[in-house]
Amino acid sequence: MIDEKFDAIVIGAGMAGNAAAYTMASRGLKVLQLERGEYPGSKNVQGGILYADMLEKIIPEFRGEAPLERRLIEQRFWFMTDKAHTGMHYRNDDFNEERPNRYTIIRSQFDRWFSRQAQEKGAILLCETTAIELIRDGYGKVIGVRTDRSGGPVHADVVVLAEGVNGLLGTRAELRPRPAAEHVALAVKEMHFLPAETIESRFNLKADEGAVIEAAGTISNGMAGMGFIYTNKESISVGMGCLVSDFAENSVSPAQLLDTFKKHPSVAPLIAGSEVKEYAAHLIPEGGFKAVPQLFGDGWVICGDAGQLNNAVHREGSNLAMTSGRMAGEAIFQIKSRRETMTKANLALYKKMLDESFVMKDLRKHKDMPALLHNQASNLFLTYPELISKAMENFVRVDGKPKIDKEKDTVRNFRKARGFGLIGDAIRIARAWR
Amino acid sequence: MGIEAQFQKVEEKLFQNRYLVDSGQPHIKVMPHDKPSKNLLAMTHLCPAGCYSQAENGQVELTADGCLECGTCRILCEPAGEITWEYPRGGYGILFKFG
Repeated sequence: MIDEKFDAIVIGAGMAGNAAAYTMASRGLKVLQLERGEYPGSKNVQGGILYADMLEKIIPEFRGEAPLERRLIEQRFWFMTDKAHTGMHYRNDDFNEERPNRYTIIRSQFDRWFSRQAQEKGAILLCETTAIELIRDGYGKVIGVRTDRSGGPVHADVVVLAEGVNGLLGTRAELRPRPAAEHVALAVKEMHFLPAETIESRFNLKADEGAVIEAAGTISNGMAGMGFIYTNKESISVGMGCLVSDFAENSVSPAQLLDTFKKHPSVAPLIAGSEVKEYAAHLIPEGGFKAVPQLFGDGWVICGDAGQLNNAVHREGSNLAMTSGRMAGEAIFQIKSRRETMTKANLALYKKMLDESFVMKDLRKHKDMPALLHNQASNLFLTYPELISKAMENFVRVDGKPKIDKEKDTVRNFRKARGFGLIGDAIRIARAWR
Repeated sequence: MGIEAQFQKVEEKLFQNRYLVDSGQPHIKVMPHDKPSKNLLAMTHLCPAGCYSQAENGQVELTADGCLECGTCRILCEPAGEITWEYPRGGYGILFKFG
């Protein structure tokens, strides 16, 4: 195929792959990047929220150039029952700072831009090229990849596996296991288009300001999952995600779950009259710290979703992907500049950098949360939202019933639910969060 | 209200999407079986693109044209060998306009 050897081959042109390719190419390494889609981003799906800080560390001046949708000034959490939601809204004008902290993005546009930056630094990108096999030498060291294009394999000192949560390459080569059903969520999402002014008036926003709603409760039918509504410039991303193991156990249709969420009386007015232009589905790594596989070996590293590097609690996937890609790139560059080889011992530097960063520190902090969500799903997502809603209704509705009786009702409801493990759950959540 | 009226058909959702279908080369295949396993049968509800269906003889069939390449069926059915799952050839399959 190509009769030359590269310093590194990067599999995938998503967040992790582009960060790695950019980092290595801008330091003068010879980088080949393979992407199976027609263009970078054509296979990628995200809500999606971009955290500025992690991209700033790679491309400091990105704000003037990258395709950003809206800067986020408001975050809403909703606890939902079938007809109600109890919400917590956090809005702060400080988020209108000169260098805003969070933006909504549309992945196919963002990924194309990010990939172009890597190419301008010298990375060679081959799209419509599926990597199908890792090539190893007699000692088991990874020395290249075979693709679905004709011609022989392509060789490199190191292969960066940024192939995503459903990547086949690393699993087939037995570098990492196929994710377990309780370690991945399936998310479905629709893009609802509306004029910018309509979005701004419905969400109480000025131009370029954005809001996000993240919702949990009866909408997930007792499964561990959540709904989300993100404002883009001229569209609203509406989605729903639940653990694959829960989907399988309950035989629920994700498309119908999304439709039910869209029809919720609190959601429907926000997207009324919109034109849907895309329906997408994707897996999200949710296994947390305990599901992170071995991330390096002789001639290979794993970055991003492929390594389960997603903080499910704070819903940070792309920034962990970007950061792990950047660190892999920096580690490879350092090893290269010392004129050393890409052995497992040397590439341990990448893991050391991850361990010392927020990536592994945050994952470790919440290491018990994924299992908790899995085991306590019906309480967390069905019982508690109902209790909160009942308590709110008791407080708000004036109907001639003495307030003392209403308060007693509320307390009684919570007491009754204690049988389902209210206190126990609270302690378990506190522990997992600590 | 029946299920039909209550929910939009998945095919209608897929109609908005952009695909380059690799005709005659499905990237996912269901292995021959007499009776579908629990997970394989669950895919008839679970597949977000509605690619799996149960035929009159009880066997589970697959039409992969509308596949969104999420990998859910790979997670659930590949371990026991009920299906095989490959990527579509480079450039083929779902091509997200927004993603």
